[in-house]
Formats: sequence, structure tokens, C-alpha cells
Amino acid sequence: MSENLAGHVKFDNVGLRYGTDPEVLSNLSFTLYPGSFYFLTGASGAGKTSLLKMLYLAQAPSRGAIRMFGQDLVTMPHSRLPELRRRLGVVFQDFRLVPYLTAFDNVALPLRLAGTEEKKVQRAVGDMLEWVGLSHRAHAVPPSLSGGEQQRVAIARAVIARPKMLIADEPTGNVDPDMAWKLLRLFEALNNRVGTTVVVATHDVHLLKKVPDSLIMRLHKGQLSDPTGALRYPPNPGGSSVGGSGAE
Amino acid sequence: MSTLPPLPAETDDTPLERPRGRAAARLLPPQRLTGPIPWVIAILIALVVIAAAGGLALRNLSLAASAGLSSAVSVQVIEPNPDLRADRTAAAVKVLTGLPGVTAVQAVPEAELAAMLEPWLGEAATSGDVPIPALIDVELAAGAGPDEVARIAAAVKQQVPGARVDAQGDFLRPVNDALAALQWLALGLVALVALATAAAVWLAARNAFAGARDTVEIMHLLGASQRQITAVFLRDVLREAIVGAVLGAGLGVGAVWLLGQQFAALGSGMVSGGGLMLADWLAIGAVPLAGVLLAGLTARITIALALKDML
Repeated sequence: MSENLAGHVKFDNVGLRYGTDPEVLSNLSFTLYPGSFYFLTGASGAGKTSLLKMLYLAQAPSRGAIRMFGQDLVTMPHSRLPELRRRLGVVFQDFRLVPYLTAFDNVALPLRLAGTEEKKVQRAVGDMLEWVGLSHRAHAVPPSLSGGEQQRVAIARAVIARPKMLIADEPTGNVDPDMAWKLLRLFEALNNRVGTTVVVATHDVHLLKKVPDSLIMRLHKGQLSDPTGALRYPPNPGGSSVGGSGAE
Repeated sequence: MSTLPPLPAETDDTPLERPRGRAAARLLPPQRLTGPIPWVIAILIALVVIAAAGGLALRNLSLAASAGLSSAVSVQVIEPNPDLRADRTAAAVKVLTGLPGVTAVQAVPEAELAAMLEPWLGEAATSGDVPIPALIDVELAAGAGPDEVARIAAAVKQQVPGARVDAQGDFLRPVNDALAALQWLALGLVALVALATAAAVWLAARNAFAGARDTVEIMHLLGASQRQITAVFLRDVLREAIVGAVLGAGLGVGAVWLLGQQFAALGSGMVSGGGLMLADWLAIGAVPLAGVLLAGLTARITIALALKDML
């Protein structure tokens, strides 16, 4: 079965608990397909961040099976996880920029970790900073950047290595509505032009309305529901067409 | 960002050799040396160096003191009558010279004996009023063990009744025992301070990691391998340890050298036997090196345990 049919990510009856507490996520079974655009919604405390942590390989499930890019995460040796992580781009809720690196060096980090030639790093990061409108702030360190600028640096870092899947946790939570819309267009462009699968966690229902063809996964008290058929196979024909708006 | 420019050109997908070792360490700039850890390591390394040098000097002193005496025997001819004493001394020399295993026999001249005893006996040592036993130095080919001393005593006493035979090493036994006790004390100090150094290095590694934990977590989530993270982390820990070790070794060696100069100025034959040899200095030089290696090992273990917790 090709990766497209199998999906990038498959959760099978996954549960998660912290310590001996009750499960925060229960019986999650779903598949994320390449090139699709998903919103993960739910009230605060519904378990969105916990689910994203499992998606970006920061948290192992307490039970169940997860397959990612054809690999079984339960049986896979830990030493091979970095290889999978490099196929992901993550925008953390709190940005997680290295505070003593410049915006340029923060964005360059994934490429340098992968051993990209420095000449190519310079060009790619320069282009990316221009793309997110931060060329003039390339040498600023995160503490001197505004919340919106830090957000854009975090997004640039997440997409610089052209990830197979982009995971963003409340990426618009710290910015004004205008900036939120602009950031969403960046994700849309990545999804449409590069075919990156996008998963955006948000509790902002207005955001969902701005992307009418997106697929929605809703978390409620640790259980997943599927209002748009996002979890069914096959997903909406033709994948997502986010907003159909001028992403150019 | 009002209009989106085209997506930047994609970097090619050629499989790349990921940076390791020094190249990986350069992924992040080095952190500034802050905090007391290099100083703590320096003080502890200096103490280990001084204790180790003291232990080695005591060992050399003990060996030097024993070396000349371990294969020597003293024979005393105790006879108040000077003429008879001279005859018996000659007879004893004759017997000793013929014994197997004896390499040299020398009767100590009476004048020399008197001079040696003068500090204790005063003029009585030379007046002849106090009878002084004759003394014969005997050098043996092998060590003067109890069996050998008994064999010599039996042979001498056949010709010279009342002669007394002693292994010269016996005279220094109390001194050697005291030196041995001091050596054990020095060894104990080295072990204790080395343990304290190991703890300080462990704390240094944990401290460096605690300071870099967020960065390590970010690198980890961006797909850095354990090797790459360790390289970055190790560099900062090793830098602190090397600075501490070099400072500590400098302080310790300086103190040992000064003490050596003080003892050398005493001009005592016995103390001069406690000088440090090249091998001793090499052993002392290994102390800071061991400290740095320990720091590296601790850092590796710390990062491995931390990453294990992170998935």
C-alpha cells in the first residue's frame, strides 16, 4: 500500500495518561492523509496539546499503536526517532526559540542539524525570512522580537526544511486577528504548493470559518469526534482547498 | 507580509552527512563561563594534586631510607676489656668474611664510633671511661631477613660469645611504620577529595544541563540526534572542567614545588630521599586529566538519562 493510501499517520486505539491519573485521551483511532489540512479543535483542557505532543513525537502513548511514515512507533528503536522528527515541522504554542540565537540562526537550525551546506543554508534562510517578512530582523535575538515576529520566526523554522507534516499548536493564539489570518495563509500556501500535511490546533472557531474546506477533528474530554468526516477514508476528494483564497 | 512572495527555493533532497563531533558542537555558540563550578573543580583538583604528591613523596622517602639498610647487618662485640674486644672483633671479622652471602665486612673505627656517640655521651665517649662496644658493618648479597640474621648470629657466636647481631633495617622499622601510616592517610585523602571532585564534576554537568535544558529540548524536537546534542552539551561541560583542572593543577603543582624547596633547604639526607621522580610527576599530571575525563563521562551519562526521559 502506498504512503498516500496508508496515510502519514495512523493512530489505532491510542490512550494517554500521565502517571496514575485517569486517561486524558481515550480510544483515539484516526488517519492523517498526505496533503490534507486539518484543524484540531476543542475547549481548553480537551487534550489538544497532548495529542499534538504524540504527533510531534514528544510523548509516547500509554496504550495503542501509532504508525508514522510507515514506521511502527511502538516497536521502533528510539535511536531512529530523530530521523522521523526531521520530517516534521512544529510550531509550538510558546514558540520555543533558542533565546541566544538570532532569528536567522533559529530558522537555520533544522538545516544545520541535517548537515546542509552552509552556502545553501544562507540562501534558504534568507529567502524564508523574506517570505515571512522578517529580513530586516534577521540578526535580532528572540527577546527583542515582538510576539508576532517570534511567531513568524517559529513558523519559518518549522517550514524551512520542507516538512512532510506541519503541526502547529495554537499558532494564532498570541497575535491579532489580522496577523492570524496572514499566518494561516502561510500554512495554506505550504499545503497547496508543497503538499505538506497541516495540522493546526486551535480553539478559535472564527479561524475554522476562514478555511471552509478544511477537515476538522474535535476533541471533547479526551475523545475524538469527526464533524467533517476528516477521520474517514478517503478524505474529501482532492484534499483540502483552504479558503481558495489568494494565498499568492 | 501583505502579499506572500513565492515560497523560497527548496534545498535539494540529497542525503546528507549530519554534523557530528566538533561540527555538531558548533551548531550552537558556546555559553559563557559562569558560576562557581570551575573554581570548585580547581580547588578540589589542587587538593588531590597536593595529597597525591605528599603520598608519593612519603613512599619515596620510605623506599630510600630502607634501600641502604635492607641488606645490611650490624654486629656488636660487647666487651669492656679493650684488648680482648679488639681480639674478638678481629675474630668476628674473620668469621663473617668467610660466610657465604656476605659481600663486605668493615669494622667501624673506634674514633668514628666515638664521634657518633659524642652528642649523647659527651667527653665520656672519647675518654675511655665508658666501654663502647665494637661495631662491624656487614653487607649481604640478599636481604637481611630473620633467617639470614639467625644464621650469621649462630656462626659469629661460636667464635665470639656475647656478640649481638641485628638487621639494620630493624632500627628504622618504627620510622617506616610511621611513614606507611602517613602514606595511607595521604591515599585516604586522595580518595576522599577525588570523590568530592567527582561529585563537583557531576554537579557541573547537571548544572550545565539544567541551564541548557530548554535548548536541548528544542534541538531534540527539531530532530537532533543524541550524538549531536551530546556534542553541544559536552563542549560546555568540558570547557568548565578543563578551565578548573588547569587552574587546580597549576595551584597544586605550585604548592608542591614550594614545599619541595622548603624541605630541600633543610639539607637533611633523609628528607632528600623524598624527592619526586619523573614517574611521580607523570602520575600527578594524570590527576587533572582524570578530572576532565570524569567530567566528559558524567556529561554523557547525564545527557543520555535526560534524553531517555524525553522519549
